[in-house]
Amino acid sequence: METTARGAATVRGDRAATGRFRRRRGASLESRVIWWVFFLCAMLSVLTTVAIVFSLLSQALSFFREVGVWEFISGTRWTPILKPRSYGVLPLVNGTLLVAFLAAIVALPVGLATAIFLAEYAPDKVRRIIKPALEVLAGVPTVVYGYFALTFVTPQLQRVFPDMIVFNALSAGIVMGIMIIPMVSSLSEDAMISVPRSLRQAAYALGATKLETSVKVVVPAALSGIVASFILAISRAIGETMLVTIAAGATPRMTANPLDSIQTMTAYIVQLALGEAAHGSLEYNTIFAVGLLLFVMTLCMNLLGYWVVRRWRQAY
Amino acid sequence: MNDDAPIFEVSSLSLYYDDFRALKDIDMEIRRYAITALIGPSGCGKSTLLRCFNRMNDLIPTARIEGRILFEGSDLYHPDVDATEIRSRIGMVFQRPNPFPKSIYDNVAFGLKINGYRGDIDEAIERSLRQAALWDEVKDRLKDSALELSGGQQQRLCIARALAVEPEVILMDEPASALDPIATLAIEELVRELSESYTIVIVTHNMQQAARVSHETAFLMAGEDRSGYLVEHGATSQIFTTPKSERTEAYITGRFS
Repeated sequence: METTARGAATVRGDRAATGRFRRRRGASLESRVIWWVFFLCAMLSVLTTVAIVFSLLSQALSFFREVGVWEFISGTRWTPILKPRSYGVLPLVNGTLLVAFLAAIVALPVGLATAIFLAEYAPDKVRRIIKPALEVLAGVPTVVYGYFALTFVTPQLQRVFPDMIVFNALSAGIVMGIMIIPMVSSLSEDAMISVPRSLRQAAYALGATKLETSVKVVVPAALSGIVASFILAISRAIGETMLVTIAAGATPRMTANPLDSIQTMTAYIVQLALGEAAHGSLEYNTIFAVGLLLFVMTLCMNLLGYWVVRRWRQAY
Repeated sequence: MNDDAPIFEVSSLSLYYDDFRALKDIDMEIRRYAITALIGPSGCGKSTLLRCFNRMNDLIPTARIEGRILFEGSDLYHPDVDATEIRSRIGMVFQRPNPFPKSIYDNVAFGLKINGYRGDIDEAIERSLRQAALWDEVKDRLKDSALELSGGQQQRLCIARALAVEPEVILMDEPASALDPIATLAIEELVRELSESYTIVIVTHNMQQAARVSHETAFLMAGEDRSGYLVEHGATSQIFTTPKSERTEAYITGRFS
């Protein structure tokens, strides 16, 4: 105690002696260097995005010099490798949206119900078990989900649909839905938890039950966050690659039947990138055309999610 | 039911949060069609007591009560009593206006809908908003968000929302504490008017307010052990002119707060 007191007294004494704080040498240089280090770190993500867009655009452009944009966007046959060649991307878009739709059917209700349970019903003990379990679910590598779909879910489904082939949209869609449940539930739960307690009390004081309070007050009040979680989860489903490459098949096809084998945009890119298309060839450049379209689609979804949060956010 | 019979009879009521005793041995009766003010220094348990009357404390997992409250002669805390049904008969208005982030119309309609109201909803909404002295200000903008109203209007909307389900009692927890003086006077006037058809229990920090609006006043204090107990309860005029307890006198004359 006494030492400290004396130490402090000495410091004060020194300051008194010099009459001012000693300025550390190089402080201004240091702060300028630090500023740049942090700035460059922050810029890294921006620069990466710019680089991706640039590389996608430049190679997609050489594709579109040979194939018309309209033909690409509106064509319903995708056979870029086999003759007769055809470059209509819709079958791939169809596959992507079909799987994303199936995933949404699973993930949105289950994820929302999970979030309601966690935010409104679960006692602390139960929450402490479920939340880490969800985090584990979110951390499983997607390749594992792919084989889970192929070797576990598909055989189970084949008992119900005996004619279903091994590679199909349904199995991939269901497992992808399970995969994105944690995204929906954790973002929705955050949104619900931030609904002020006073609103719940108002509902209870009017004679509302717990279910009425959750569904008619808390969920609507948290709607912007919930919708944003839906959009981001679907965006994730659209961009997901490994699972669909493994389990959904490699057959570009216009179909709404979940039992069909399909091919998604991402799975096509993987397939072609692993094949022997020569760099710079038209086949090779299809990757970038499809990739660009995928990029635009997920970008739109993310912007939509961002807009929903901004537009509908309630200021309490 | 006889108008002279008290609507609530509280006997040896204690309330615990875990081991902490927040209320100790409260005995009191609440008169029907009167305004009863609960006053006392911060932490004396007056809001806690108020929340016993509509079982809002049930929502706090650690809270439990001992003793008894009779509502219209029957035990409010009997296991067969449905707390949600009780709360539709005993409405509550909170310290800070807490309208739902919905339209003005939907705020008032909420209670009607969840309680299965079978009449004309538009009519019920107009009646409630008129009773809450808000109709003229909002009749042309019922579809607008309630959050666009001023604080005083929001609080009157919360009162209209509570009135819509036709409760017998309205509990008010410092309903004007977050409002400016003019909005406060409007609320006080409204409370006086409502007491003709409702029983009102109002918690207030403000003694002038208690003196102005209430018919009866109950004064609570926290003891050495921080549990709240009832010091004195009587006609407001008597409490403010000839209090029986020295502690009441000290409090109302502002010697402590």
